Amino acid sequence: MKSWARLLGIAALTASVAACGSSSELRPLTVVGWGGSSQDAHRNAYWTSFSRTTGIPLREDSWRGGVGVIRTKVVGGDTSWDIVQVETEDLILGCEEGLFQRLDWAGLGGRNAFLPAAVHDCGVGAMLWSYVIGYDGDRIKGPGPKSWADFWDVKRFPGKRGMRKTPKYSLEFALMADGVPADQVYPTLRTPQGVDRAFRKLDEIKPNVIWWSSISQVPDLLGSREVVMSVTSPGRLIVANRTEGRNFKLDWHGNIFAVDYWVILANSPRKAEATQLIRYMTRAENQMRLASHIPTGLTNVEANQRVDPKLKLDTPSDPANMVGALELDANFWVEYGDQLTQRFNAWVAR
Amino acid sequence: MSAYRSRSERAGRAALIGFSVLVFAFLVLPILAVIPLSLNPTTFLVFPEGEISLRWYRHLAESPQWTHAFGNSLKIAIATTLIATPLGTLAAIGLAYMRSRAKTAIVALITAPLVVPVVVVAIAFYFLFAPLGLVNGSLGLIVAHSALAVPFVVIVVHAALRGLDTELLRAAASLGARPLTILIRVLVPLIAPGVAAGAVFAFMTSFDETTVALFIAGPEQRTLPIQMFEGVREQISPAIAAAATLLIIASTLLLGAAELLRRRGEGRAGSAPPDVGA
Amino acid sequence: MPGSRAKLPGLRRWWRVALLAPLLLFLLASFVAPVLMMLSRAVVDRDLERLWPDSAVALRQWDGAGAPPDALAATVAREIVATRQAGTLNQVANRLNYDMVGSRSLLYATADRLTAGSAGTTVRDLARIDPRWGQPGIWAAMRHADGPLTRHYLLAALDRRLDADDRIVNVPAEQAVFANIYLRTFKISAIVALLCIALGYPVAYLLASLPERKANPLLILVLLPFWTSALVRTAAWAVLLQTNGVVNNALQTVGLIDAPLQLIYNRLGVYIAMTHVLLPFFILPLYGVMKGIPPTAMRAASSLGAPPLRAFLSVYLPQTLPGVAAGAIIVFTLALGYYVTPALVGGGADQMISASIAFYTNQSLNWGMAAALSLLLLLPLLLMVFAGRTMVRTVPA
Repeated sequence: MKSWARLLGIAALTASVAACGSSSELRPLTVVGWGGSSQDAHRNAYWTSFSRTTGIPLREDSWRGGVGVIRTKVVGGDTSWDIVQVETEDLILGCEEGLFQRLDWAGLGGRNAFLPAAVHDCGVGAMLWSYVIGYDGDRIKGPGPKSWADFWDVKRFPGKRGMRKTPKYSLEFALMADGVPADQVYPTLRTPQGVDRAFRKLDEIKPNVIWWSSISQVPDLLGSREVVMSVTSPGRLIVANRTEGRNFKLDWHGNIFAVDYWVILANSPRKAEATQLIRYMTRAENQMRLASHIPTGLTNVEANQRVDPKLKLDTPSDPANMVGALELDANFWVEYGDQLTQRFNAWVAR
Repeated sequence: MSAYRSRSERAGRAALIGFSVLVFAFLVLPILAVIPLSLNPTTFLVFPEGEISLRWYRHLAESPQWTHAFGNSLKIAIATTLIATPLGTLAAIGLAYMRSRAKTAIVALITAPLVVPVVVVAIAFYFLFAPLGLVNGSLGLIVAHSALAVPFVVIVVHAALRGLDTELLRAAASLGARPLTILIRVLVPLIAPGVAAGAVFAFMTSFDETTVALFIAGPEQRTLPIQMFEGVREQISPAIAAAATLLIIASTLLLGAAELLRRRGEGRAGSAPPDVGA
Repeated sequence: MPGSRAKLPGLRRWWRVALLAPLLLFLLASFVAPVLMMLSRAVVDRDLERLWPDSAVALRQWDGAGAPPDALAATVAREIVATRQAGTLNQVANRLNYDMVGSRSLLYATADRLTAGSAGTTVRDLARIDPRWGQPGIWAAMRHADGPLTRHYLLAALDRRLDADDRIVNVPAEQAVFANIYLRTFKISAIVALLCIALGYPVAYLLASLPERKANPLLILVLLPFWTSALVRTAAWAVLLQTNGVVNNALQTVGLIDAPLQLIYNRLGVYIAMTHVLLPFFILPLYGVMKGIPPTAMRAASSLGAPPLRAFLSVYLPQTLPGVAAGAIIVFTLALGYYVTPALVGGGADQMISASIAFYTNQSLNWGMAAALSLLLLLPLLLMVFAGRTMVRTVPA
């Protein structure tokens, strides 16, 4: 069955391809970010000026993470993306599986030019960021939430909560809400009892959760009052305060911080230009521009030293925000991600 | 008849009318409600109080994402129409000459794209195109949309053929005209309104199609429905209401016109479904 | 589509074929073939066979009882290293990971150790690298994937799996999800169909009982939503049902409620939007059927002294049942496959099977799973269509 069907399909398609011309060869360099105001910041800080100075046209796409998406693209034969901003465990998994191009570190200015956490064979740190509690100061007047236990406390703070529809972060926050100290979160999660405990804690808040899959939904969910507080990255809410006159507030207690990386997909047809763009985006003077568009931690050591300290407020680069913070354990998620995602998806769908 | 009516009957009739009015309101008000929402000058999804503004329409016109999406949708819908209309018209004519079991089977095949869930069609195309490197090209989308649009063309043209005065064709044949001549010179002009209606249905099928586009369109082929889907999902603003308003007006005008053409062609009530998938 | 009434002047057979052939070939290539190829992925399983050809042969020769032979272990070890170097190990690793979570990291860790010089010629060698090689799980996973056909995906779509002894067992309760989602898909579709009957029947009745002069303008009120795309109408509902949206504001202004209701991102939102989207598909065919019922029968019953309600129930209603069934089947079958509407107005626990199909297509490379779920969605649908052949005949046209 397969061969004749394929033959038919291919015959019909080649005829029409010949007529239309294949568009994938001609497409511009494509960079993929996380949408919303973060993507706006990247465009304003890097992409527009890169295209202007080099004459290389750029197009953008956005995504919501997950190495499965990259796998589908690379193994499935879809060559529409060149550069993607990925999370740590996706970087590790994808690098191991050969989904990403290895970077030329000499061309990036050497590994020492970046924070140690921002250096990987397949990726270079794009930004340092945190997941924190965000809420609308116009709705929660007086003292706001000060811990994940408060986030779980729907009596004191009635209303829906926004959470990312992934086990990553949700399980960690649940354990912290259940009283597990930050440094014990991953040791606890490495035991079956710890995972059960986290899911039990999530059960408590599930009826009050609106799950988001894209971080760019968060300012909107808060702004439209669908949720009273949400897991969020800080920068997007600060930008909404600046541009839309919102009064969003952040609570950094028990935040989880991590690095996002730029990678080049292994099947990118434009590797040379992609390398050029990554070099551009990680140069100190350019990274410093990003901080003025959206509060975010920088990965280039020199940029970090030279950037205006005021721009470090509301970022993980401000030591005051990092008291009691938890670093995302990417190795944990590399090892248990599949298993916990399966269980989490089944749990959400119930 | 009213002589037979008792009081309880009149009460029943009034209840029926009252209930139907509520259902009509349920059907139409949500669609109409987005129009004033789109004219609101603020970023909130409320009816404008006093001042109305075209701010959100300007936003659509000035945003490259929306204009690009509109251009893509237009391009793909036109290509779909150009493929689906001749294919469907020829097949409808062929079907009209057929009786027998074969016809039932062929009709089943042609209408299958309407019955199979769109998501199944979408991943079927995705799996076919991805290894061939055809996802993220307009071509894949055009082929897929044509398959989804063709049944409407066949249904509409076939209906037009049934309303046809066959005497004209017979007359042409008896005067010695060859089949091809009859088809081109007599039949096609006679069913032209039906073909035009079919073309509009094909156009709207593609222009409105969301699910397949979500799966196989790349960033370069973002269509209007994709842009709208993402908008609703990520940043719901009055811009969505403005885009919805424009699409409502476009589909009402086009499909209303098609409906008139179609009725002229066959003179019956009822309507062909322009959009079955969501 | 009913049989043709037109008797067109004779046309030679090859003419008919020539007229139909382009479309049939087009649909065969652009619709039938892709769908069949996609569905075949539910049972065809050739990743391991393609990338580890020798291991596949060795696995098929092994009866699966007891410990695997060392020759098999050596072959597997050799091909692990070969595919790791060729950069194709991920395809086998992901396939095995579907059967046994953790297989991927096991294969990569093993590949690295073997490349670094660890011995890998016996099962015991491999078990020294990772104790899981000494357990039946990974070997069973490989056997289940040795091709060319597999039961894995269809079983998984039913919340079942093959255990190490090839018995069909339930997946652990916390992972069982698809039976639940299938039931939900059918339940939502059935409730939407019932809502359409409840709302649509009186309207169709009213329209059919009015003279055409009055019915036609009212018909526009049904056609307007019918012409507007499902996405646009879903978007309209998403806008209206927001916590701070128009519906909540109106209800609060009127004083019916004190605090905003949760109308969106839950089941209620799904029912409202889907009923709205599908209602015209019920009303229009039913209206067509009702128009065809001569009013004389009802009048005769009344004139014979039957009370109006009884006349309606015993004379009119039975004649409309085919139309009700046709409309309800159309609504139900369309609802089964809905993706966009639940995605935009539903919450996590309101997603239908299409959302799972989309997940396995886009978010995960598990296309076999997407195909198996599609197949299980299509089967009841085909049954419905064959059972209700009325549907094809009464599709409004």
